[in-house]
Amino acid sequence: MEEVPQGCPGTGSAQAGRGASCQGCPNQRLCASGAGAAPDPAIEEIKEKMKTVKHKILVLSGKGGVGKSTFSAHLAHGLAEDENTQVALLDIDICGPSIPKIMGLEGEQVHQSGSGWSPVFVEDNLGVMSVGFLLSSPDDAVIWRGPKKNGMIKQFLRDVDWGEVDYLIVDTPPGTSDEHLSAVQYLSAAHIDGAVIITTPQEVSLQDVRKEINFCHKVKLPIIGVVENMSVFICPKCKKESQIFPPTTGGAEVMCQDLKIPLLGKVPLDPHIGG
Amino acid sequence: MEVAAEPGNLAGVRHIILVLSGKGGVGKSTISTELALALRHAGKKVGILDVDLCGPSIPRMLRAQGRAVHQCDSGWVPVFVDQEQSISLMSVGFLLESPDEAVVWRGPKKNALIKQFVSDVAWGQLDYLVVDTPPGTSDEHMAAVEALRPYSPLGALVVTTPQAVSVGDVRRELTFCRKTGLQVVGVVENMSGFVCPHCAECTNVFSRGGGEALARLAGVPFLGSVPLDPELTRSLEEGRDFIRDFPKSPAFPALSSIAQKVLSKAPARVS
Repeated sequence: MEEVPQGCPGTGSAQAGRGASCQGCPNQRLCASGAGAAPDPAIEEIKEKMKTVKHKILVLSGKGGVGKSTFSAHLAHGLAEDENTQVALLDIDICGPSIPKIMGLEGEQVHQSGSGWSPVFVEDNLGVMSVGFLLSSPDDAVIWRGPKKNGMIKQFLRDVDWGEVDYLIVDTPPGTSDEHLSAVQYLSAAHIDGAVIITTPQEVSLQDVRKEINFCHKVKLPIIGVVENMSVFICPKCKKESQIFPPTTGGAEVMCQDLKIPLLGKVPLDPHIGG
Repeated sequence: MEVAAEPGNLAGVRHIILVLSGKGGVGKSTISTELALALRHAGKKVGILDVDLCGPSIPRMLRAQGRAVHQCDSGWVPVFVDQEQSISLMSVGFLLESPDEAVVWRGPKKNALIKQFVSDVAWGQLDYLVVDTPPGTSDEHMAAVEALRPYSPLGALVVTTPQAVSVGDVRRELTFCRKTGLQVVGVVENMSGFVCPHCAECTNVFSRGGGEALARLAGVPFLGSVPLDPELTRSLEEGRDFIRDFPKSPAFPALSSIAQKVLSKAPARVS
């Protein structure tokens, strides 16, 4: 489980190889020599690999449980309705990979070929990759620290044989941490079209989403727009609307106006999806 | 040679509970906050440690946004959210220059702050320390469990919502608990049904039954189901005391019952 020492300052840090916690680490000499600060060769390799991928879209939120994976899956299916459009869905939520379940692909395994890992195809023109396919049981927990998660994301971007793809949609976990930094870093030479940011209407979500928007600005990731999910609930019996997650500070609409970001749309709560 | 833990700043803390989920957005912070409020109403002194560094939700839920953290001889003074000083809180939210500031840190830096939050906050005398966590089974969780291990936490309250995609992640969280030797106090199923305020029809917006089935499968106690309750959501948005202000609301009985079960789990300590 442990690959780096506790208190590792990070291989890119000025203290790399020199900190007290570096003593005894097998990489100490490498880090102290400054090799850790050199750009990762994988970035160029991924740039090459991504030449066959026309558009790359990251689906982000600061907040958990707002519907990133649900949205990613629906977007992928929607784009793939045109059988001439090749779509790829990459799930980089290493700890909580939801895409296999949502796409009905639980239990599928990944196969290796000469040209790399084969994605799991749910349609002829829709391929999926997730750490979920690498786990042998639904109880398997991926208890990894940042560096190991980053390694997996590098492999997903570099070693999966996506082929010719019109749209690569990348589903992410909540937060602004290793997975997000790695995705942006490894794709830095390959041009990401932008990010779609998902939120729910209430302020407790919006306050995390504003942080995610700031993250995008910090790493110069263009924002395509915001989707407000779970907007209203329509009672299946009386058809009247209720707001389960009330937009106490104006919801995504006001946030988007304030931050001058497009609001791409609002999606209601649908028990058929939630169930 | 194992070094005995310096009791230090956790010496006066009687019981530690971690609130976990594998899944995001199931209500960990909500349950942490309501549990703390309910324990306070039961006469207990409670601390909340918010180790969600990327998405610290607790300050707003207790109307404590923008408060400053002061230093004392023993370290950081936690922020008291009420005049009686019966609930104290530490969150990275208090250390940010602006509420929109993103904490864009990799694992090692997150681990370092969490260790500080455990050892350098002067909690004083507490009956309960509730530790709210982000979703997942990664750096924050490992750092928190390792830092708290010498203080023998009571265990973990694991929160899920009823549907399969949540239960799937929460099964992994239960594995995390098993692997790290953290006892599971019980499973809470949140967002369990919505009663339409217009016609009283109950709809299972996020499916039903998953939490109870999971608890049974994993052989851990099921602590209860909390329904979707816009009054609860609004109360958290406004930093109100839901337990005090909305005793007739649909979520109140479930939340009170969960707090009672937590109180009954705490072993009597010989002082």
